[in-house]
Amino acid sequence: MPGKLKVKIVAGRHLPVMDRASDLTDAFVEVKFGNTTFKTDVYLKSLNPQWNSEWFKFEVDDEDLQDEPLQITVLDHDTYSANDAIGKVYIDIDPLLYSEAATVISGWFPIYDTIHGIRGEINVIVKVDLFNDLNRFRQSSCGVKFFCTTSIPKCYRAVIIHGFVEELVVNEDPEYQWIDRIRTPRASNEARQRLISLMSGELQRKIGLKVLEMRGNAVVGYLQCFDLEGESGLVVRAIGTACTLDKLSSPAAFLPACNSPCKEMKEIPFNEDPNPNTHSSGPSTPLKNQTYSFSPSKSYSRQSSSSDTDLSLTPKTGMGSGSAGKEGGPFKALLRQQTQSALEQREFPFFTLTAFPPGFLVHVGGVVSARSVKLLDRIHNPAFVGIMGNTRSYKLLDWNSFNADEPETRDAWWAEIRQEIKSHAKALGCHAVVGYSESTSICEEVCILSASGTAAVLNPRFLQDGTVEGCLEQRLEENLPVGCGFCHIPYDELNMPFPAHLTYCYNCRKQKVPDVLFTTIDLPTDATVIGKGCLIQARLCRLKKKAQAEANATAISNLLPFMEYEVHTQLMNKLKLKGMNALFGLRIQITVGENMLMGLASATGVYLAALPTPGGIQIAGKTPNDSSYEQHISHMQKKINDTIAKNKELYEINPPETSEEVIGSPIPEPRQRSRLLRSQSESSDEVIELDLSHGKKDAFVLEIDDTDAMEDVHSLLTDVPPPSGFYSCNTEIMPGINNWTSEIQMFTSVRVIRLSSLNLTNQALNKNFNDLCENLLKSLYFKLRSMIPCCLCHVNFTVSLPEDELIQVTVTAVAITFDKNQALQTTKTHIEKSLQRASTDNEELLQFPLELCSDSLPSHPFPPAKEHLESASSNSGIPAAQRATSVDYSSFADRCSSWIELIKLKAQTIRRGSIKTTVTVEKASPMGEGNFRNRSAPPCANSTVGVVKMTPLSFIPGAKITKYLGIINMFFIRETTSLREEGGVSGFLHAFIAEVFAMVRAHVAALGGNAVVSYIMKQCVFMENPNKNQAQCLINVSGDAVVFVRESDLEVASTQQAAATCQPLCTGGEVTT
Amino acid sequence: MTSELDIFVGNTTLIDEDVYRLWLDGYSVSDAVALRVRSGILEQTGATAAVLQSDTMDHYRTFHMLERLLHAPPKLLHQLIFQIPPSRQALLIERYYAFDEAFVREVLGKKLSKGTKKDLDDISTKTGITLKSCRRQFDNFKRVFKVVEEMRGSLVDNIQQHFLLSDRLSRDYAAIVFFANNRFETGKKKLQYLSFGDFAFCAELMIQNWTLGAVDSQVDDMDVDLDKEFLQDLKELKVLVADKDLLDLHKSVVCTALRGKLSVFSEMEANFKNLSRGLVNVAAKLIHNKDVRDLFVDLVEKFVEPCRSDHWPLSDVRLFLNQYSASVHSLDGFRHQALWDRYMGTLRGCLLRLYHD
Repeated sequence: MPGKLKVKIVAGRHLPVMDRASDLTDAFVEVKFGNTTFKTDVYLKSLNPQWNSEWFKFEVDDEDLQDEPLQITVLDHDTYSANDAIGKVYIDIDPLLYSEAATVISGWFPIYDTIHGIRGEINVIVKVDLFNDLNRFRQSSCGVKFFCTTSIPKCYRAVIIHGFVEELVVNEDPEYQWIDRIRTPRASNEARQRLISLMSGELQRKIGLKVLEMRGNAVVGYLQCFDLEGESGLVVRAIGTACTLDKLSSPAAFLPACNSPCKEMKEIPFNEDPNPNTHSSGPSTPLKNQTYSFSPSKSYSRQSSSSDTDLSLTPKTGMGSGSAGKEGGPFKALLRQQTQSALEQREFPFFTLTAFPPGFLVHVGGVVSARSVKLLDRIHNPAFVGIMGNTRSYKLLDWNSFNADEPETRDAWWAEIRQEIKSHAKALGCHAVVGYSESTSICEEVCILSASGTAAVLNPRFLQDGTVEGCLEQRLEENLPVGCGFCHIPYDELNMPFPAHLTYCYNCRKQKVPDVLFTTIDLPTDATVIGKGCLIQARLCRLKKKAQAEANATAISNLLPFMEYEVHTQLMNKLKLKGMNALFGLRIQITVGENMLMGLASATGVYLAALPTPGGIQIAGKTPNDSSYEQHISHMQKKINDTIAKNKELYEINPPETSEEVIGSPIPEPRQRSRLLRSQSESSDEVIELDLSHGKKDAFVLEIDDTDAMEDVHSLLTDVPPPSGFYSCNTEIMPGINNWTSEIQMFTSVRVIRLSSLNLTNQALNKNFNDLCENLLKSLYFKLRSMIPCCLCHVNFTVSLPEDELIQVTVTAVAITFDKNQALQTTKTHIEKSLQRASTDNEELLQFPLELCSDSLPSHPFPPAKEHLESASSNSGIPAAQRATSVDYSSFADRCSSWIELIKLKAQTIRRGSIKTTVTVEKASPMGEGNFRNRSAPPCANSTVGVVKMTPLSFIPGAKITKYLGIINMFFIRETTSLREEGGVSGFLHAFIAEVFAMVRAHVAALGGNAVVSYIMKQCVFMENPNKNQAQCLINVSGDAVVFVRESDLEVASTQQAAATCQPLCTGGEVTT
Repeated sequence: MTSELDIFVGNTTLIDEDVYRLWLDGYSVSDAVALRVRSGILEQTGATAAVLQSDTMDHYRTFHMLERLLHAPPKLLHQLIFQIPPSRQALLIERYYAFDEAFVREVLGKKLSKGTKKDLDDISTKTGITLKSCRRQFDNFKRVFKVVEEMRGSLVDNIQQHFLLSDRLSRDYAAIVFFANNRFETGKKKLQYLSFGDFAFCAELMIQNWTLGAVDSQVDDMDVDLDKEFLQDLKELKVLVADKDLLDLHKSVVCTALRGKLSVFSEMEANFKNLSRGLVNVAAKLIHNKDVRDLFVDLVEKFVEPCRSDHWPLSDVRLFLNQYSASVHSLDGFRHQALWDRYMGTLRGCLLRLYHD
């Protein structure tokens, strides 16, 4: 349906000299949209032409408006020969299609050429007149807002969170078309850039349609990626979370939130809210009431129908008799039913969000992930069992048939993986997956598809159009244990899907929590954390033989589970070494290369107050008789203990001491524990599904039986902490720091190392890789030293293996300064507060000693666990009889067998390894608000016009985002045939990345914005051929263009309001100013 | 394990002032790293030499990319590639255009041509400034010269506008351009005691009073070229020494006024005619280009050195020069009062500045 696109070319500046004779240029501009082209006059002999053209008008369908980019080409007029292109500007006009976003695009855009880079700038004005479209069967989805931000955008509130949307489109890669042999590199690059731009537009439109179908109006956490599959094509795929968002009109409504740098709570966390109805009944959007029925029979049937594995969830109604909290049990069941009903209708109950409105997240189960190795096979190739099902034969397809044929295969691949994730989540007793993401790694014709997320139980309040209102909701919230809403395990403790060590929540003492918790989401704002967090990375390389096709795929599939296991072990060790008990923002990347596999896991470790104190790491030698060896071992042990102590001090982890006494000090764990795990997994022969949870152990035993293990221990100790004044994390905010000042510095750093091809062993490889990452971090700390005290947030490492002996690591992060004095003050109050709390906790403890004693008992309901129970009993000295009360041995066996069945079932999907780990998140205690600061950043005096901030975070410290202008999604190719002249590979890439930043900033500025939030560099593919003096690089970036206002500017108006709104939050009186 | 590629790109371009200085000073990356190590930075930050190497490389690369823009500073302000806060931009430009005293003294008044550029090797050896740095400084001089050479309006303003330099640095460049254009000799041995500041001071006075711009602000090259007419007219001053009566009268007026006020009165009295002849002859000769070039040599030879050999204190020189120029007004036979003031006003300022050890 119709729309009118209007474009005016105003002027150019700093154009390159195109005519050597006159040192000037005769420039003119071609403006192209779809198949229509307009031209400006030639502006003779100037490097700063003033075209001041008429308005070029394009009358187009809004479908085209969404798909097509506006293409502006600047050329040099030549009377005698063909006109020379100076460069191009692609403008995505999508932001002009939403009513609330930008109304005009106007500004200076860098003129970009894929061979020469930026060559001058052009001033353009673009407007769109959109006619109202009443056609119901339209193909366009204008008006659906897209956000890269993985939380509810700041100036909106979520009315409903609908759920997962995904789409992919496939095309032939122009680089591999036959025509590429006869066209210039420039033409080929431009064809590719244009195609990807078109495909992105189409993808976004299609996703928009799905959102409209779901009756949503926005996509949050939109992540679009492209896979360069080489000869088999080019895939652009996207996932996101459909939502219905309501614009917050009154700034006062979220003023308190913008003061706090964290995931802005647009609403007051409902725990503290004396009247939870105020905000849910507020919106003008008509909300339908949905009634829920709670008959137990229904709950049964639902459960059986919902689980496609044989794992049967224990009827929740029977839980009351167990040791689970009396109020919690039935409530949990109730909640589960509702959530289930809400989620069940969905194919994939996934959410790409990593931060949620308060109260959304009820329980967190643990990380679920799935990987699958596929063959991108263009030669006719019958499907072969187990590894892949791609039977597509290659032919020279025209666009349409290609397009029609292809996505189905890819769709099927992803559907398979998602199904797996879903069933993993179910096994964890969860109905939803949050913090969900997908990725690929491609090398030649082998492709690893990965998906991961965090299994969770959600509050149905935000799901579906049935926003629960009235008494029901009120009841729900009253029932929620204050501050512990989601620290309890979502699965039945008697029927755990994997062995874990459960204790009573250290916060409320009523419900069970696991001993460690891994998640892919951000730390919930209201979680109580002790001390500060830190970046934890596990790094791993595995050599692999070079092989072709199937053999290669098989080799990779065989290696994957081991890598997953080792990565997980490393993470666990490092976490313990830091004295912490939870990981947030976990992202495991497995990269495949010609002759190796790389695994890199990054996460932010924290100490959650609700979880037990982690035990130490115990080293055990293999040959106990050798005295010198033992000496060595004890030396190592000492070193490890020292490191743990040092780290605790460094990250200010001083949990209330009472809790230590309660659990008993870390007890060296009998070695058989880990054996048990192993034997268990060996028992079912095909098991690939590894049990990676090391739960149940107070002290973690590292067995040093060979040099490898020795290496591992050494590498544990080689990780140097950041220099003082620096902190780092890969989540949005640093746990334990909350007084950001306004200085931010986003950066991208890329390193490529060449391995010496000789003596490549796994160990050498690991060391090289480890050094690479560590050195990179060290360099970052050094470079940013002027910002101390500061924190590197959202540290995002990406590994790729561009060639045989090359490892490329790309890091994007943002450094944010904070106020040290404030920090000290905070920790002080924090500690005081926790001490206070600890003492009250202690009293509680004394009242319920029995409950506490029994906490380790029912945690391991599998045969191997019995041995442990015995050992545990001997250690803790609890009479066995007491335990027996809570363990029903008859049902025990049943559950065990179902557990094994589950394992077998999983094992059939041989092509991936998966991780499941237990997780709990603590819900807000009053202390959560101790972090809340009613303080605005110092005024930033020199905010000059034209500065565009970029950050991978969803917020800007010390500022309030007032408007979202639309999504920025850009793809660039840069190529050179004079690599040496451009300063070698470093010079080339440095310039290109700087140019990409410049183009992003220019587009944001033209939209009227002054920042990009949730910025991400999704791809940075670099290829070089130094012998030919050539290099090529592809970069794909995205983010949300926004307008922000410094808080200092708002201050006057907001002070009173903020003070008023804050009051309910500041009950604890922890506000430091 | 060798690093093939190693880059860091910030949304705000990071500028390390210390590394920038090393780069401007023309040190190679390895020399710069060595110097930084010596500065104790490793101990302060706990970094390793490898980190320092990578950091230095990175900064050098950035500076190299920025250099193209620094050649036309307004471009640096308008370009979109590097986001640099205005204060940092100013710092980059100011430092880039800053020069070494030792270097400028070597080049001041020389033609900014290829020939001179070839001598940079020698200058580098002589001054101990790296050849790279010499080249940068020389190219800066030449670039500024080329841009403002034929421009209308105030020289200082033009420089400030086209190179965005501070007032202080713009004035220095004005002096350099003025000296280069008029090719004043500054390299003679007897001029070695003079600093760049001395010359710059003189240049400013001369630009203000002796150029076309001093009378008419709407001419090309107004601040760069000396007012030819004025130089022509200066011949008329010769009468002050050629006419013996006038000279005697001038001397007696000066001596009467200064009697008892100078510590070196007798020396002054004895030398008056020589000094006056020297000053007036300098004026009369300025019509010839060659003599313009030798202006400073002449001033030092004819005035500064005789006074210095008699140990005149600076205060006496000032008293003398004031009286010397003022008393011309009471000479009835002398008709070129305005011309004399235009000449002597500037010369007095210059001489006072030039008079030191």
